[in-house]
Amino acid sequence: MPAAVDLSLELDQISCRFASRDDPGKPYLAVSQASLAVREGEFVSIVGPTGCGKSTLLNVAAGLLAPSEGSVRVHGKPLAGINRDAGYMFQADALMPWRSAIDNVTAGLEFRGVPASQALAQGHQWLQRVGLGGFAQRYPHQLSGGMRKRVALAQMLVLNPEILLMDEPFSALDIQTRLLMENELLAIWSSSAAALGGPGKGAQRKSVIFITHDLEEAISLSDRVVVLSAGPATRPIGEFAIDLPRPRDVAEVRLTPRFVELHQLIWHAMKDEVMKAYSKQFKPIELGA
Amino acid sequence: MKIRLAQLSLLLACLVLWGVLTSPQVPAFYFDNPDKAAFFFGEPLKVLDRLIAWFVSGEIYSHLWVTLVETLLAFAIGTGAGIGIGLWLGLAPTAAAILDPYVKGLNAMPRVILAPIFMVWFGLGMASKVALGVTLVFFIVFFNVYQGVREVSPAILANARMLGASQRQLLRAVYLPSALSWVFASLHNSVGLAFVGAVVGEYLGSAEGVGYLIHQAEGVFDINTVIAGIALLTAFALVLDALVGWIERRLMVWQPSANTSGQL
Repeated sequence: MPAAVDLSLELDQISCRFASRDDPGKPYLAVSQASLAVREGEFVSIVGPTGCGKSTLLNVAAGLLAPSEGSVRVHGKPLAGINRDAGYMFQADALMPWRSAIDNVTAGLEFRGVPASQALAQGHQWLQRVGLGGFAQRYPHQLSGGMRKRVALAQMLVLNPEILLMDEPFSALDIQTRLLMENELLAIWSSSAAALGGPGKGAQRKSVIFITHDLEEAISLSDRVVVLSAGPATRPIGEFAIDLPRPRDVAEVRLTPRFVELHQLIWHAMKDEVMKAYSKQFKPIELGA
Repeated sequence: MKIRLAQLSLLLACLVLWGVLTSPQVPAFYFDNPDKAAFFFGEPLKVLDRLIAWFVSGEIYSHLWVTLVETLLAFAIGTGAGIGIGLWLGLAPTAAAILDPYVKGLNAMPRVILAPIFMVWFGLGMASKVALGVTLVFFIVFFNVYQGVREVSPAILANARMLGASQRQLLRAVYLPSALSWVFASLHNSVGLAFVGAVVGEYLGSAEGVGYLIHQAEGVFDINTVIAGIALLTAFALVLDALVGWIERRLMVWQPSANTSGQL
């Protein structure tokens, strides 16, 4: 990586320990010595077996969780407290159920003290953008799962964060909705420079850390895929540059030979870790032989 | 419609049965004297007369007003205190742990028995009834708010923090609405208990209110007036409950419920 490239986010030798539920005296080491650097405008996916501490790593990057060891740097500056340059999209439903779609989208602006009329205008603009122009007054329970994800996307993007942290945001959606949302995410990400580029720093594409357990999703979206080892003591064990041309259609790109090649390559690196994680949870099925 | 008709006929049938069985004209079959049934169980027509007399003379309005004011004050003060202390203990785990046995103890105590003490402290006026109602309402609201604060979804909290909410903004935008949703869930209960506090307080010692009327009538074995008072209180409670239901529907539009089928 040439030194001239700006890093938007660096995780340096991060370790996270938690009090163990079974044995309070012995802490559980969730993440061990994990390092990751994300360039400005880069789309990085992190894949790994279930329960490997992917979300822990993302929470550290967000500043929601202080690592036990190691440091986080945002644009070269050490991170203390919440990462103000980052937006976070959660796996679970994180919309406030007592606020309508538009009030959810403008919540961040409200917290930042943006005047109400201005916040409302920006909020409506973003709801339009995610295709929910007519649903501003709906409450989350009146929206479908895919619509709620769109509201969450708008809620994050209205603040124009430079770094997007996404924790399996689409994993609860059905496969068709999921493909649509992935394509829209790519469209918004690649146009984030053009459409929303305010003066100065906003003129660049956003950096994305996208967590998923779905390797196909990771490859079709990303510039780079990072594979994590099975927990405990998770750390990155492999990195793969995804050289598929952009713009991509996430459904169609899966049919190209290069995609299949990359998939095989990364799956080969992942397989042992997945089996390790699996064997920790379940006893192998006894085959009568 | 048919259900309504059936409900109405059931009520009528009960009233007629009651009227026939207690009428002095009907020969006694259980008591030794046909007047005794009326003495013990009252007569529906006389109860109706009493109710009409109350409203025609206007005597009842000041008593109803007193009971209503006591109920609303007990409800407002109890709810306010419950929300405040519930939020505090919900957000301060150490204080909650220290106070836990005391809260449990106070809640387990049969609080109606405090009424005589409140009368000594606050006199025979409204204040002692309001105090009794507050002790009943407070714990319902308190436990609901406490629960509401502690069960805020961690994802919603983390999301609000990522969106830039300060501690104060978290309190206002996340903890309070979440706690309020639990308060509204218990609104019917707490209004009902405020009402119980007011009436029981009046019954035990006062100079006005519907509970006082009932107590007075009981003193002279006027069972018809007692039943008229009970009927009035029941109707009053139903009206309050309907009002609460209406407010609830207006304020809780965001909550999924059985009659708004959420999805599109």
